[in-house]
Amino acid sequence: MANVALRNVRKAYPNGFEAIKGVDIEVGDGQFCVLVGPSGCGKSTLLRMVAGLETVTSGEIDIGGRVVNRVEPADRDIAMVFQNYALYPHMSVYNNMAYGLRNRGMAKGEIDTRVQEAARILELSALLDRKPGQLSGGQRQRVAMGRAIVRQPKAFLFDEPLSNLDAKLRIAMRVEIRKLQRRLGTTSIYVTHDQLEAMTLADILVVMNGGQVEQIGNPLEVYQNPATTFVASFIGAPPMNLIGLRDAGIALAGAGSEAGILGIRPEDLQMVDGAVPDGGVAFDLRVEAIERVGAETYVYGLRAEQAGGAAVSTRPGDLPPGEILVRIPGQSGPAIGERIRAAAVREKLHLFSTDGRKRIALR
Amino acid sequence: MENRAIFSGKLLAFLLAAPQLAVSLIFFYWPAAQALWQSFLVQDAFGLSTEFVWFENYAALLKTPEYYQAIGVTFVFSILVVAFSLAIGLLLAVMANRNIAGVQIYRTFLIIPYAVAPAVASVLFIFMFQPGLGMIARTLQRGGIDWNPVLNGTHAMILVVIVAVWNQISYNFLFFLAGLQSIPKTVIEAAAIDGARPMRRFWTIIFPLLSPTTFFLIIVNITYVFFNTLGIIDTATGGGPNGATQTLVYKVFQDGRVGADLGGSAAQSVILMIIVVVLTAFQFRYVEKKVHY
Repeated sequence: MANVALRNVRKAYPNGFEAIKGVDIEVGDGQFCVLVGPSGCGKSTLLRMVAGLETVTSGEIDIGGRVVNRVEPADRDIAMVFQNYALYPHMSVYNNMAYGLRNRGMAKGEIDTRVQEAARILELSALLDRKPGQLSGGQRQRVAMGRAIVRQPKAFLFDEPLSNLDAKLRIAMRVEIRKLQRRLGTTSIYVTHDQLEAMTLADILVVMNGGQVEQIGNPLEVYQNPATTFVASFIGAPPMNLIGLRDAGIALAGAGSEAGILGIRPEDLQMVDGAVPDGGVAFDLRVEAIERVGAETYVYGLRAEQAGGAAVSTRPGDLPPGEILVRIPGQSGPAIGERIRAAAVREKLHLFSTDGRKRIALR
Repeated sequence: MENRAIFSGKLLAFLLAAPQLAVSLIFFYWPAAQALWQSFLVQDAFGLSTEFVWFENYAALLKTPEYYQAIGVTFVFSILVVAFSLAIGLLLAVMANRNIAGVQIYRTFLIIPYAVAPAVASVLFIFMFQPGLGMIARTLQRGGIDWNPVLNGTHAMILVVIVAVWNQISYNFLFFLAGLQSIPKTVIEAAAIDGARPMRRFWTIIFPLLSPTTFFLIIVNITYVFFNTLGIIDTATGGGPNGATQTLVYKVFQDGRVGADLGGSAAQSVILMIIVVVLTAFQFRYVEKKVHY
């Protein structure tokens, strides 16, 4: 068990492409750190650098107080769970788990104790003689976990370990991984593109974009105070509404001259009849679409001043300009075409600079 | 994962299989049947009279000591060629599978020898190993080795083994390279994290995962050595000296084509066929169990 620290870590490829542009992360002993970001943001590369599978161009990677930049993967005392599990297809489940221990010259009895213990924890005891090809996806996933925990390493590294599982199993395994990590108390770094996984697993959440860290913090803190518009739209589903103050013609008292973008989470918007709450904002909307998912209803409204123009989203995954998403509990809600008014109180507003790179306090 | 179309009626199925069946029947089964039939016949030197003699050809064959010598030569020759061509092919494939500059050029050059006809390759090697003129032969002689494949049976065997191996390496290299590239990179990385050094990684992970390729290549290589090395032996040594490089297939050719003993030659080719069938069946029965697909 150990802490893991990355200090100004950079990765540049020979063709000049900079995959990691200076990352600082500090993971304390026994903490669960999740790296989250869209594909291509460098999160997997960063994890592979910690594992020793990629070289480090500059900066330091420190595991348990030792800089390991030039240390072979085998000697870093880490264990990794791969997205495709990377089990040894010609070995039984038992041998898959015992392989790493045998390579380190451990006594047979000790190996057996550890493998049996791991198999018991992961409910694999009945499957020890099977080959990976005879296992289901979830079972393979557990063998990959078993291979990691028998080693009792300083740190676990997870590279999108759940993304090959179906939705239901993914949730079950997510909980299992978290419970297991708590119980073993092993420092972990976990890479995912799924913000829900990130929110639920992390002690420390690291949001990455374009080879850089956008924000580091406790998941709820990140959710409540996103540092940039990227974080605001990436964390939380459905994503935060981001509205250009000038485009929408909103004059917000105390916003300051720097502020350019207003952010409101869909659940912070309420349907109101009349007056705007004091210091808050309100939008007159025409309902364009409604999604009922059971426990809640998503209302897509087009701002009245935009109505008429065919709105097209400018970036994939973003709402079209002028469209605002309101999340209301339950299954009731307005009808399509109806005119509604949605408002948010002042405490729930987020302000960002025009380029979206900076969060601005609302006084 | 069954995903097949079902056709009613057997006629369509037969028609679809017919072209391949015709090729097999005309070019494989018919000649094989001919050989079997001929092995029961004796013909005079001018082909004017033919007599059915049952197993006399076989009996005569099994009484000739040269035949047993040819069996021994064939086994020594095939074990050496298969072992060396597989080992060297694998070694080169492992080298060429690494991320090094210009790897595509190396790969191409390693495949080119396969395009050289065996007889041509053989002639090239004869030049190099020719006792009076060849540069390798002279180097050996200068080093105190009395190199002479024309008189020394062991030297002759070494020469044909070198030619046959050289000719077959590219083929093995190509298949091993494809096999190596189909091993998932993360499995190798997982082994590296699991503390396996490169050599151990090779023998405990890569080599077992290559076993389907290796198994396939062993069968193909044995068939190659048993049948397709005729041209090499004919050009390099002519089976000599004193039968030291006379393999079974070369003896079939010698006795039938050159010695005009069609019946005896046919009997030999039938026995050769049986040997290869038994060897292959044996491998599928016992060796394949160690293969992990």
